[in-house]
Amino acid sequence: MAKVIEQVRYACALGALHSVLAIDRAVPILHAGPGCGQRLSTALSLTNGYQGTGYAGGHSMPCTNSTETEVVFGGEKKLKELITQSLRVMDADLYVVLTGCTSDIVGDDVLEVARSFQKKGHPVVCAQTGGFSGNNFHGHELILDAIIDQYLKPTDERVPGLVNVFSVVPFYDAFWSGNLQAIQKLLTALGLKPNVIFGPAGGVTALNHVPKAQFNLLLSPWVGLNNVKSLEDKFGTPYLHYPILPIGPTETSKFLRTVGEFAGLASEQVETAIKELEKPYDYYIERSADYLLQARAGLPSRFITISDSFYGLGISKFLVNDLGFLPGTQFVMDNIPQRHQSAVKAEFANLSDTIAAPVVFTNDSGVVKETLRETKFKGRPLILGSGWDQVLAKELNGYQLSVTFPVSNRFILNSSYVGYDGALRLAEDVFSVLVNSSY
Amino acid sequence: MTINLKATEAKVRENRLSSITAYKGSVKDMVQKAGGCGLKGGERCFTQTTSCSLGCAQGQLVMIQDAAVVGHSAIGCGSDTIQSNINKRRGHFSREWELTDINYINTNMTEEATVFGGKAKLREGVREAYRRFNPKAIFVTTSCVSGIIGEDVSGILSELEQEIPVPLVPVHCEGFRSRLWASGFDAAFHAILSYIVKPAEKKRPELVNIINFAGIGRAQVTRLLNRIGLVPQFIVQFTTLDQLSRLSEAAATLSFCGTLGSYLATGLEEHFGVPYIKSLQPHGIAGTDSWLRELGRVLGKEDEVEALIAEEKAAIAQELAELQTKLNGKRVVIGMGPSFAQNYTRLLDELGMDVVWTASWHFDQRHDYGEVPAAAQDLSEWDKDIPVSVSELQIFEIINLLRELKPDVYVCRHPGMAIWAAKLGIPAIFVSDEYQSFGYQGIISFGSRIADALANPTFVRYLASKIKLPYTNWWLEQDAFKYLDEAAPSSKVRSKEVI
Ligand code: SF4
Repeated sequence: MAKVIEQVRYACALGALHSVLAIDRAVPILHAGPGCGQRLSTALSLTNGYQGTGYAGGHSMPCTNSTETEVVFGGEKKLKELITQSLRVMDADLYVVLTGCTSDIVGDDVLEVARSFQKKGHPVVCAQTGGFSGNNFHGHELILDAIIDQYLKPTDERVPGLVNVFSVVPFYDAFWSGNLQAIQKLLTALGLKPNVIFGPAGGVTALNHVPKAQFNLLLSPWVGLNNVKSLEDKFGTPYLHYPILPIGPTETSKFLRTVGEFAGLASEQVETAIKELEKPYDYYIERSADYLLQARAGLPSRFITISDSFYGLGISKFLVNDLGFLPGTQFVMDNIPQRHQSAVKAEFANLSDTIAAPVVFTNDSGVVKETLRETKFKGRPLILGSGWDQVLAKELNGYQLSVTFPVSNRFILNSSYVGYDGALRLAEDVFSVLVNSSY
Repeated sequence: MTINLKATEAKVRENRLSSITAYKGSVKDMVQKAGGCGLKGGERCFTQTTSCSLGCAQGQLVMIQDAAVVGHSAIGCGSDTIQSNINKRRGHFSREWELTDINYINTNMTEEATVFGGKAKLREGVREAYRRFNPKAIFVTTSCVSGIIGEDVSGILSELEQEIPVPLVPVHCEGFRSRLWASGFDAAFHAILSYIVKPAEKKRPELVNIINFAGIGRAQVTRLLNRIGLVPQFIVQFTTLDQLSRLSEAAATLSFCGTLGSYLATGLEEHFGVPYIKSLQPHGIAGTDSWLRELGRVLGKEDEVEALIAEEKAAIAQELAELQTKLNGKRVVIGMGPSFAQNYTRLLDELGMDVVWTASWHFDQRHDYGEVPAAAQDLSEWDKDIPVSVSELQIFEIINLLRELKPDVYVCRHPGMAIWAAKLGIPAIFVSDEYQSFGYQGIISFGSRIADALANPTFVRYLASKIKLPYTNWWLEQDAFKYLDEAAPSSKVRSKEVI
């Protein structure tokens, strides 16, 4: 398999500056080249659902804009000065220093620089996120670990029912804020107190609550596993790892039962909640069932996901178990570390009791294109991927919907694909593509 | 000759054009000092993230129809390439072409490459680009990582020459080498000038190169130039390599943007005998007059040009007068790249508006042909002296400046800048299309756009009433240019004498 990449579907570790921007009243400070901040904003925020800069994103992020001088003589002094001034100029409760390739190759001791501020009581943390060291999933974990290690304080207090929620990666998932809100609603319906750090409902206040939680919930195939383990080490908080993003009634109900059991909730309480939550879903599906069936003639023959494992698994489970679609090859594009691949593969092998999907792990669209060009479709395929797939979908005479990075042909605000409501939203979007296309 | 095509790369603008990224003063002072080599770039001890050469270089090259680009970098540097795909889509749509993707491969340099070098990856990237896209040339863009580890990109490409039968072109655009992202344009154009353009076999006296960006509004230029018997050829985006190889056949080169076109146009003049029309840029009336007149003078078409200008101006006279009445005295602040900033200052003045400040993201003290940019020179000759500043997209300065000046409208161009004026409740006009105010019709459509923005400012007002700026109260009370200190000792005095 080629090691080079055609059509880039994730960003570098420094891209995790967006995980900082997703925390209300936290500001990233970049120790990086002059172009990194803009490039990553364009990638993860602008051309990915046109999410925008928010409080202090885009060109307002403090940055050393490292050039020749810092490369030759080191940039620690410049960084120190920048942090000092950022504390005066930028209004925030938490400052997260992130490095780019230049600083990491040169070998600046940035952690020491950050420590000098921490010693003086400033809320400054630091992570080395040079782009060559990994992708934005890795960066997201690094940022969270930096906050856990350098900012959070141990406590004896435990709040029963308080659950820290870790799931989709902010900004990289164009639907992240809607999705996190949806997860929050689901957990609240069970009677739990979800603590969501990222997005409008969270922020530095939510961060401060993290050590008091009863447990951590990781709702993700693999991203974030290191963080819940760190939290377990540091605060002794147990975690529940649920690897499938729950979309649709089958998976969402299963998810809620698993959470209920882990949280020690009475099963009647969980079942009552599920019944309530399912109602609107059932109403709309019943109402639209005639169309969903009559559209058969134009229905896709097979669905293909070209996506990260969050959506790849979540969408496949929904389309197979709840809408009766059949899967074609599923391309998993988030460069999953080897050790996590078999678990993801096993889930695809077991989409339902009778249905499995072939999986290809790659990060190179060249592989996707070659595979799909050789595939004979009986009818039109449905391609759930990113803005990169529009031309390919046309070539294959397929339907195309962008759900994963880069979502360059859609404008996204608070839409979500998670849960029962999210499944309705996904059905709306998929069938709108069908309705809108001539077949 | 100022442009050396034997060199492996273009010198960065700091060294070539004495470009600066920090200044506060007035246009007369700035231009006078630039003429006398007295302007030194300043430093700031607080800076916000700017932009880099790689983006500008890559953004041009991936738009060449039958070329491929290999980005030799870590993955983040290729993460925004979908933006080029979006631009390409738009460009194809406007030309009624079939939709295609950019031909781009990233070598995905990782830790291993930083230790052992990225030679193997680069070779694979080039081979794959050739196999997958069947291009007529492959450009390899460098990056901070390849630059710092000292990757010998030219050497690696030479070794591949035997194997791959198309030009393999190194493009030196490491982000850390220059604070001026426009240096990236020069890097791309240096590559094109030194590897692609060939001496003309025959001249085409009717052909005029037009250096522009996406060229969405090019029909307007075509219409005007056709009327004086000329045929425009829009470069560099959406051209083919064959077209580029024959840029030398043209009778002249015009540029939509002095910042963009300086290197390529001067290179074509010095090395291929195609005169560069060193005029104002064609935004607004005086700009278009100057652009066309200088072209007419060089090509001996003065009479045709005068007739055209008279006719075009007459056609808009009434609408222009109406707009001038509407916009008369409205106070405006400009924040754009230098060429656009200077040209738009003149344009907005033509609309009857009061330009109270012009901020540009850098300032080239001279262009490659050795003179102060014409648009800046022109402004410095006015009676009125316009207050100006130079900063590399430093929003914290712009915010305080806007808070102090409270203009009626803010006109800007770089993506991500309009929002900050809007957050202050100031209507912001974002000029993304370079043709927004082209020619005589353009001043009317642009003026109308401003009038429209002023007519209903509810959106920005609502925004301003709700949001909190990311700055401390302390900062918001400081002078906008508190952090600007000019670096050279002799300039200390100057920084005090500013308005
Ligand atoms: S890969 Fe490195 S140089 Fe490129 S954007 Fe990421 S941190 Fe910056």
